[in-house]
Amino acid sequence: MENTENENLIEVNNLKINFNTYAGKVKAIRDVSFHLKKGETLAIVGESGSGKSVTTRSLMGLNADNAEIAGGEILFHGEDVLKKSEKEMQEIRGMDIAMIFQDPMTSLDPTMKIGRQIAEPLRIHKHISKDKAMAQALEMLKLVGITDAEHRINDYPHQFSGGMRQRIVIAIALICYPEVLIADEPTTALDVTIQAQILKLMKELQEKIETSIIFITHDLGVVAGMADRIAVMYAGKIVEYGTVDEIFYNPQHPYTWGLLNSMPTLDTQSGELSAIPGTPPDLLDPPKGDAFAARNSYALKIDAEQEPPFFQVSKTHAAATWLLDPRAPKVTPPAAIAKRQAQWASMHNEAGELVRPETPVTPTTTFDDDRE
Amino acid sequence: MAKYLLKRLFYLLLTLFLIATITFFMMKLLPGTPLSNESKLSHAQIQMIYHTYGLDKPVWQQYLIYLGGMVQGNFGLSFQFDNQPVSYLLATRMPASFQLGVQAMIVGVLLGIIVGGIAAIRRNTWVDGTMTIISILMISIPSFVLAILLQYYLGLKAGAFPVAGWGNFAYTILPTIALAGSPFATTARFIRTEMVDVMSSDYIELAKAKGLTQTGVVYHHALRNSLIPLITLIGPLTVNLMTGSLVVENIFAVPGIGEQFVKSITTNDYPTIMGITMMYSVLLVIVLLITDIVYGIVDPRIRLQGGQS
Ligand SMILES: Nc1ncnc2c1ncn2[C@@H]1O[C@H](COP(=O)(O)OP(=O)(O)OP(=O)(O)O)[C@@H](O)[C@H]1O
Ligand SMILES: [Mg+2]
Repeated sequence: MENTENENLIEVNNLKINFNTYAGKVKAIRDVSFHLKKGETLAIVGESGSGKSVTTRSLMGLNADNAEIAGGEILFHGEDVLKKSEKEMQEIRGMDIAMIFQDPMTSLDPTMKIGRQIAEPLRIHKHISKDKAMAQALEMLKLVGITDAEHRINDYPHQFSGGMRQRIVIAIALICYPEVLIADEPTTALDVTIQAQILKLMKELQEKIETSIIFITHDLGVVAGMADRIAVMYAGKIVEYGTVDEIFYNPQHPYTWGLLNSMPTLDTQSGELSAIPGTPPDLLDPPKGDAFAARNSYALKIDAEQEPPFFQVSKTHAAATWLLDPRAPKVTPPAAIAKRQAQWASMHNEAGELVRPETPVTPTTTFDDDRE
Repeated sequence: MAKYLLKRLFYLLLTLFLIATITFFMMKLLPGTPLSNESKLSHAQIQMIYHTYGLDKPVWQQYLIYLGGMVQGNFGLSFQFDNQPVSYLLATRMPASFQLGVQAMIVGVLLGIIVGGIAAIRRNTWVDGTMTIISILMISIPSFVLAILLQYYLGLKAGAFPVAGWGNFAYTILPTIALAGSPFATTARFIRTEMVDVMSSDYIELAKAKGLTQTGVVYHHALRNSLIPLITLIGPLTVNLMTGSLVVENIFAVPGIGEQFVKSITTNDYPTIMGITMMYSVLLVIVLLITDIVYGIVDPRIRLQGGQS
C-alpha cells in the first residue's frame, strides 16, 4: 500500500492557476489535485474550457505568458517542477515528459523534413550524431506504422494525410522514450476510423515504451478502451475521479451523469442522447458554492452556498457533490444512469469491491436484448 | 518545370509588349513637344526636325518602327543629349543606380529582418513598441524628406558624409540610407507580423515541447517559416526602390537612371523615356520571375505542385 503511494510519477497538489487578462483574472484552475502512477493511463475528461489543457501544459511549464501560478505544487519524481528554472524544464520537455497535440495538420513544421523533426529531440537531449539520430528516427517511423519509411523519412508534412501526420507526431513524442506522455485530444481532429487506429497504436506503443499517459478528451466514449482511471473536470476543478469502471458504472456526480448521457452507446435509443443544458460559468468570477449548480437539476440549496468537499466512494473513487452527504435527500439519477448503477450494484458489495468473477465490462457491451 | 518556365516566359514577353504599347501612346499624350525653342522656329524648320526623328509619320507607323527597333535593343537617339543612343545613355547611367539599389535593398531588408524578428520575440514590450514606432515613421516619411534631412544634418551640418555628387563609397552612404528607409520599414513590419503569427502556431508549441531553447525555436523553426513569405515582398520592394531613386538621385545629384528619367520627362525626350520605362519593366518582370522560382525552391509545399504540373 505505502509502496504504491511512492510510485506516483506525477503528483499534483492543490494547483491553482490564474490568467491575467484585460477583463481581469481568469481563474482557470481552481484547486486541482491528482496523481499518475508508473505505467498507467489517466484520462482527464471535461467540456471545452474546463481547464484540461492548462492543467497538463503546466506539467511541462508551457503555459502562456499571462499565466500565474496562484498555489499548489506539481511533483515529478518528488520534485516540484513549478520551482524549476526554464533551463531545467527544457531538459524535462521532450525527454521525460512529451506531448501530442490535437491538430496533426498544424503540429508539424511545414518547411522541415519529417525525419529531422523526429530526430530533433534526440539531438537536443542525447547529443548523438546526426546519422545515429536519423537511424533511430527511421526505427521510430516504422514503429508508428508508416509504410515505406526509408523513403518517406525525407518527405515533408504536407505529403502525409492527417492520420499519418498524427503518427509522426507520436513518433516525435516517443523518440526519447519519455516516462510520461501527455496526449491533448490526439484524435479529436481525425475521422472515426483513423481515431480507432491511432488509439490502438498509442496503446501498443505504451506497452513497448513503458510510458505513462495522461489522455485528455472531452469525449468519454474514447477513454473506455484507453484509460485505467478517469478524472472528470468542470470549471477548473476535478469533480469526480475513479477507475474507468467506477466512472462508467457507478458515477456519482450529476456532471458525470450528464457527460455519460451525452455519449452514444450501443443501447442508446434515438432521441435519448442529451447534451448538458446551459454553459459553464464565467471563470473571471466563478460562482460561490458548486460551480455546476446552475446547470444541475439535482442541485440542493447548499450547492449555491458552499462548495462540496470530496466524498470518498471507494478507495479509488471520490466525487465532489453534496448528494453524497449522508444528510442529503436520496435522489434518483436519470434512467440510463440508474441502469448503469444497477448493473454495478449487482456485481459489487458496499465497499465497491467486485463480488462476482470478473466479466469484462465495457461501455459498448450491454446485457440487454437488441430491441430491433 | 520546363513547361512552367515556358509559360512564364510567354506571359513575361506579353507583359513587356503591353507596357511598351501603353507607354508609347501615353507618352504621345504628354503636353508640349520635344522642341524647347519652338516659337523661334519656322514651320519648315520644325517639319525638317520632325522628319529627322520620324515624328512626321502617322503615329501607328512610329509605333511599329519603335517596336521594331526595341526588339533589336535599339531605343533610338536621345533628343536632349547630343543625339546619343539611348542604350548608351542607359549603360553609362546604370551602374550608379544599380549600386545604390542593391545596397539599399540589402541594408533595408537585413535590418528589417533583425528589427522585425526582435520585435516579434519581445512582443508587447518596450522593445517592440520602439521598433514599431521607428518603422511606422520610416514608412510615413517620404524618401525625399528623409533624403533632405540626411543631407542637411549628416552631410551639411555634421560634415560626416559628402553632401551630394558621385565618387568613392562615401558618396553612396547617404543616398543608400535614404533609399533603404522604405524597404527597411516594410520588411520589419512584415517580419514582425509573420513571426508573431508563426510563434503562436502549433508547430512552435511542439518545438517547445520537444525541449528546444528559445533561440533554438526561433532559429530552427520560426525564422525559416517567416522568411519564406518575405520573398513575395521583393517585387514590390524593387518597385519602391525604383520610384524612390527618382527623387533621391536628384537630391544627391547621383548620375543615375532615376535622375535621367526625371530630366527626360521634363524635356519630352521620348526615346529616353521609353528606354528607361522599358528597362525598369524588364528589370521588374525578371525580379518577379526569379522570386517566384526561388519561392518554389525554398517552400516545399509549392515545390511539389511545380513538380506535378
Ligand atoms: N492565455 C490565456 N489567457 C486567458 N485565459 C486563458 C488562457 N489560456 C486558457 N485560458 C482559459 O482557461 C480556461 C481553461 O482552458 P483550457 O484550454 O485548459 O480548456 P480545455 O479544457 O483544454 O478546453 P478544450 O476542450 O476546448 O481544449 C478557459 O476558460 C480558457 O478561456
Ligand atoms: Mg484543450
